[in-house]
Amino acid sequence: MAQYVPNTKSEQLKMLEEIGKTWNDLLSPIPVGVRLNRELDLPPGISEFEVMAKMASYAKENKVFSTVLRGAGSYRHLIPSVVRHLSSREEFVTAYTPYQAEFSQGILQSIFEYQTMICQLTGMDASNASVYDGASAVAEAVNMTVDKKRRRALLSANLDPQSIMTVQTYTQHLPIDVEIIPSKNGRLDLEWLKNNLSEDLACVVIQHPNYFGILEDTQAISDVVHSSKAKMIVSVNPISLAVFKEPHAYGADIAVGEAQPLGLNIAFGGPYLGFMATTNEMVRKLPGRIVGQTLDLDGKRAFVLTLQAREQHIRREKASSSLCSNQAHCALTAAMYLTSMGPQGLKDVASQCFHKAHFLQKQLSALNFKLKYDQPFFHEFVTSTPVHTDKIVRHLEENDILAGLPLGDHTMLWCVTEAVSEREIHAVLRLLEEVSK
Amino acid sequence: MKVLDHLFYTESHEWVQLLEDGTALVGITDFAQHELGDLVYVNLPEVGDKVEAGKRFCDVESVKAVSDVYAPISGVIVEVNEELMDAPEKLNTDPYGAWFVKLGEISGKERLIDAQAYRSQTE
Amino acid sequence: MSNLIFETSRQGRRCVILPGSQMHGDNLYEEFIRESALKLPEVAEIDIVRHYIGLSRKAHGVDNGFYPLGSCTMKYNPRLNEDTASLSGFAHIHPLQPEYTVNGALKALWHLQSSLCEVTGMDAFTVQPAAGAHGEFTGMLLINAYHQSRKDVARTQVIVPDSAHGTNPASAAMAGYEVISVKSNAKGGVDIDELRSLVSEKTAALMLTNPNTLGLFDENIKEIAQIVHEAGGLLYYDGANLNAIMGLSRPGDMGFDVVHLNLHKTFSTPHGGGGPGSGPVGVKKILEPFLPNGTVIKNNEELTIKKDAETTIGRMRSFYGNFLTNIRALTYILSLGRDGLKEASMNAVLNANYMMEKLNDLYTVAYPGTCMHEFVVSMEKEKHEYNVSAKDVSKALLDVGIHPPTMYFPQIVHEALMIEPNETESKETLDFAIQTFRDIYHTALTNGQALRDAPLTTPVKRVDDVLAARSPILIYKKPE
Repeated sequence: MAQYVPNTKSEQLKMLEEIGKTWNDLLSPIPVGVRLNRELDLPPGISEFEVMAKMASYAKENKVFSTVLRGAGSYRHLIPSVVRHLSSREEFVTAYTPYQAEFSQGILQSIFEYQTMICQLTGMDASNASVYDGASAVAEAVNMTVDKKRRRALLSANLDPQSIMTVQTYTQHLPIDVEIIPSKNGRLDLEWLKNNLSEDLACVVIQHPNYFGILEDTQAISDVVHSSKAKMIVSVNPISLAVFKEPHAYGADIAVGEAQPLGLNIAFGGPYLGFMATTNEMVRKLPGRIVGQTLDLDGKRAFVLTLQAREQHIRREKASSSLCSNQAHCALTAAMYLTSMGPQGLKDVASQCFHKAHFLQKQLSALNFKLKYDQPFFHEFVTSTPVHTDKIVRHLEENDILAGLPLGDHTMLWCVTEAVSEREIHAVLRLLEEVSK
Repeated sequence: MKVLDHLFYTESHEWVQLLEDGTALVGITDFAQHELGDLVYVNLPEVGDKVEAGKRFCDVESVKAVSDVYAPISGVIVEVNEELMDAPEKLNTDPYGAWFVKLGEISGKERLIDAQAYRSQTE
Repeated sequence: MSNLIFETSRQGRRCVILPGSQMHGDNLYEEFIRESALKLPEVAEIDIVRHYIGLSRKAHGVDNGFYPLGSCTMKYNPRLNEDTASLSGFAHIHPLQPEYTVNGALKALWHLQSSLCEVTGMDAFTVQPAAGAHGEFTGMLLINAYHQSRKDVARTQVIVPDSAHGTNPASAAMAGYEVISVKSNAKGGVDIDELRSLVSEKTAALMLTNPNTLGLFDENIKEIAQIVHEAGGLLYYDGANLNAIMGLSRPGDMGFDVVHLNLHKTFSTPHGGGGPGSGPVGVKKILEPFLPNGTVIKNNEELTIKKDAETTIGRMRSFYGNFLTNIRALTYILSLGRDGLKEASMNAVLNANYMMEKLNDLYTVAYPGTCMHEFVVSMEKEKHEYNVSAKDVSKALLDVGIHPPTMYFPQIVHEALMIEPNETESKETLDFAIQTFRDIYHTALTNGQALRDAPLTTPVKRVDDVLAARSPILIYKKPE
C-alpha cells in the first residue's frame, strides 16, 4: 500500500503512549452497532508501478483520434507547452482556496487577472472566479435574473441540449417557469419572441454561436428582449470573441459560456470551466467567488476574496446559490492560455477555425453533404449526409478520424478547429468521397 | 451609544422618524452599527413594496456576515435612500442620518418605544 | 510590488505562433465583427514564465507546509495521481466519442463508483457532480424525486443541524425546501429531543455529517436514523468528514440513504487553489432510478452512459463530471487498497488526538474528550481577557509558514479554530506545529499586540477587506 502515512508503526505507538491512549480508546466514540467488523471488500494496496499499469490499461482501451471533427460542447484546440508546464507548478496545484489573503496573493492575483481577461473578451464590467462548466453557468445566470415579480425564463431551442436540461434540473423546484423559444431555420424565431413577451419575463437565453454552429442576430434579439425590460443572457464560445462582436456591444446583461477551449483538454468531459460576466448593475447578483483589489496595512496593492456576503457560507439558506468551489486551477490554465496566445494568437486561432470550417463546408457540399441551414456560422455546421451517418463514422474511424456528431441517420454536426491541418482536411474529403459512393 | 430624543425605537435596534406629512423615515441605531462592525452594503427593497411591522424587510452586510433589518412599523415604501448604495460607510459614521426607506400609509406605531425606554434597554 | 500581467504587456510581443494556413473559406461576416479591439496581454514566453513562477512563490500548497484546515482534509496529493490523469488515453478523448471507443473510461468510472459503494456502504454512485456543494444539491433533488414518485408531496422541510456547513441549507433551499434548524446538545451531537419534536409528515430529510463539524462522532446516530425514517424522511450524509472513518464505519450501515463525498478532501485529489473538486453522490437502491443523465450505469451487464432516461432528476451539468479528477481518486484508492484506506483514517484520528492532548492545557477545546479526525478550540476567553482573537492566532501562524486552521466555523463555537492535521503529516511536523501553537499562546498572554500586528513576513500585511467590499475593484483597468 502507498506510504503516504509517514509515521512507522512504532512511531504511531510512541505517539499513543505520549498521550496515554490506545487504539481502542481512539476508536471508542464509534458505537459498536455501527462498526464495520470486517475488512473493506476491496483489493489490498499495491505499489505505484502496479497502479500505473492498471490505469494505463484502462487508458489504452480508449481510442485517441489523431483528427477530431466533432465539437458539440467540447473542442480540441492546440495547447501551448508553456501552459502545461506552468499550470503544473505545485503551489498552484496543491494550494487551498485563498481565504488567507496574506498567504495567497499569487492565487488571488491569478484569479483577478483571469477575471480581467474574461471581461476583455466579453466587454462586460465584472466576472466571477468561475463556476463548474458552461451548462451550470447558464443555470446560475437564469437564477440571477429571477425575482418576485419576474419569474419567467425563455431559453432558445438552439442552446446546447445539455444547457437546457441543466437549467430545467436546477429550476424544477424553484418558482421559475422555463419555456423554450422555437427555432426557425437554425436560428431563434424572432417573431415568436416578439409575440410572446410578458411583464413577468425575467430573461431570454441564447447561445452564440448556437448548438448548430450558427451565429444569431444578437442585436435584433437584444432590442426585443430589452423592450420588455427583461435581461439578455448569452452563452458564448470564448474563442469566437477574438473576431466576433463582444456581448457588451449588443447589450447582453450577462455573458456566460464554456471556457474549455481556452487551454483545457477535452478530457472526456471534465474538468471544464464555466465563466460568468455581467454589468456593474448586476455584479452583486453574481454567484460564487470573486476576487477584488484592495490595499494592505502598508498601503500596498493586494487582492482578496470579496463580496462574500452573497455566498452560502454566510447567507446559508438565503443564498441564491449553494456554489462553494470555483474551478480555480482551470481558470488559471485558461488565463495562461490567453496570455500565451495574446490577442494576435487568439485571432489566428479563431480565424483558422472559421476559414477551415468554411472551406470544408464548401467541399462537402460538392460531395452531396448539403448544408442544412443557410445561415452564417463560426466553426461548426450541420449537413445532410448521402449515406447513413454510422457508415461515415465507421469509415473515418478506421482512418483514425473522429467524424462529426450524428444528429440523426442522415444529419451530421461538423466542427473544424485550427488543430486540424490542411493535409488532414484533404484526407477527410478523400475518405468521404469514398464512403459516399 | 448615541440615542436621539426626537426619534422612536424598536427592541431590534431600528429607529423611526415620524415626519409632519404622515410619512416616516427608518434606519438602524448607533448601537446596531457598533455591534455589526464595518458595514459594506445594504440590500434595499423597492419602492412600492409593502412592509409589515416586526418582519424582515431588508438586510445589511458586513464583510463576514449578513444581518436582517426589521420593519419597526407597517407601511408602503415610497422612497429608498439610493445614496447608501454608493456610501455604505454612512451607516457607521452617521446612523441617524443614514435613513434606509421612507414609509407611507403607516400603522402600528403603538409598538414603538421612546428614546428613554430604548436608552435604558441598551445600557 | 509585482506587476499584473497587463502591466508587463508590451505592444507587439508574442509567445505562441500557430502553424500557417492558406485555407480560406468565406470572408468574415461584416455584421458580426468585433467592435472594440481585443486587449489581451502581449508578452513573450520568458515573461509569462517569470510572471507565473513569481505568482507561484506567493502561493502556499500542501507541498510547501503543514495545512491543518479543519473540514478540508488537506492531505498530501500523490504525484502518481498527476501522472495517471495525464495519460493521453484519458486526457485526449472526446466526451461524445462512440461508447465502444471509450470502454476504458467507462470501466475506470465504474471501478471508482463500485469502490466508493464499498467504502460508504451504498448501492450506486454518480460521479457527475463537480464539487461537494454540487453533490449536496444533487442529493436534495434525488430525495425530492423519491418522495414525489411515491406521491408523498407534503414533505416540504429539510432539517439541518445548527453546526452545519453553509452549503447544506443553501442546497436544500435550491431544491425548494424550507430549512429547519435543529440545535446541538452539550456533547455537540444532534439534540434528540428537539429532533423528535421537529420531525413530522412534512420532513423530507435530515442532513448530517458524522463525525460532525466539531470532529465528534454522534453516538446516537442509529436512534437519529430511526426517528427520521419512522417519520417517513430520508437521511442525507455530508461526506466532508469521511476521512475519520474509512474502513471503520460506513454511512450506509449507519442508516444513511444518500451520501456525497468530496474527492478533493478524503481521496487526495488536489485543491488547485479552489477547484476543480469532485462531489460524487451515492444512494441506496430506492434512489438509484433517479440518478442524473450522464451517469455510468450497467444495462444488461454492459456499461453505458445514462441518457434521456424516463426516470431521472435531469442533469447537473454537461457530460459526466470532472473526469480527470475522478481518475486521480481511482488512482488513490488503488494505491491504498482496503488496508491503506483504513490506516489513513486511523492515523487521521491519531494525529488529531495527539495534537489536541498536547494543546488542551493551554487552549480551550470546545468539546473535550476523544475527538475523531479534527477538533475545535475556542479563543473566546482569550479575546475577552487579552484581546487576542482566533483571527490573530491565525495571522501569527502565517509568519511561521503554517497555514492557519479553519477560522470561525462552526458558527456554534465563538472564536473557533478547527484543527485537522490529517494522516499524511509526520510526528516531527506535528511536534513543530504544537510548539508553534504553544509559543503563540504565550505571546497572546504577554504581548498580544505582536499577534494583532501579524503577519509581518508575508508578501502583504493584513488586507483591508472592508475597502474591497465597499468599493469593489474587480478587474484591471489601464490608467488613463
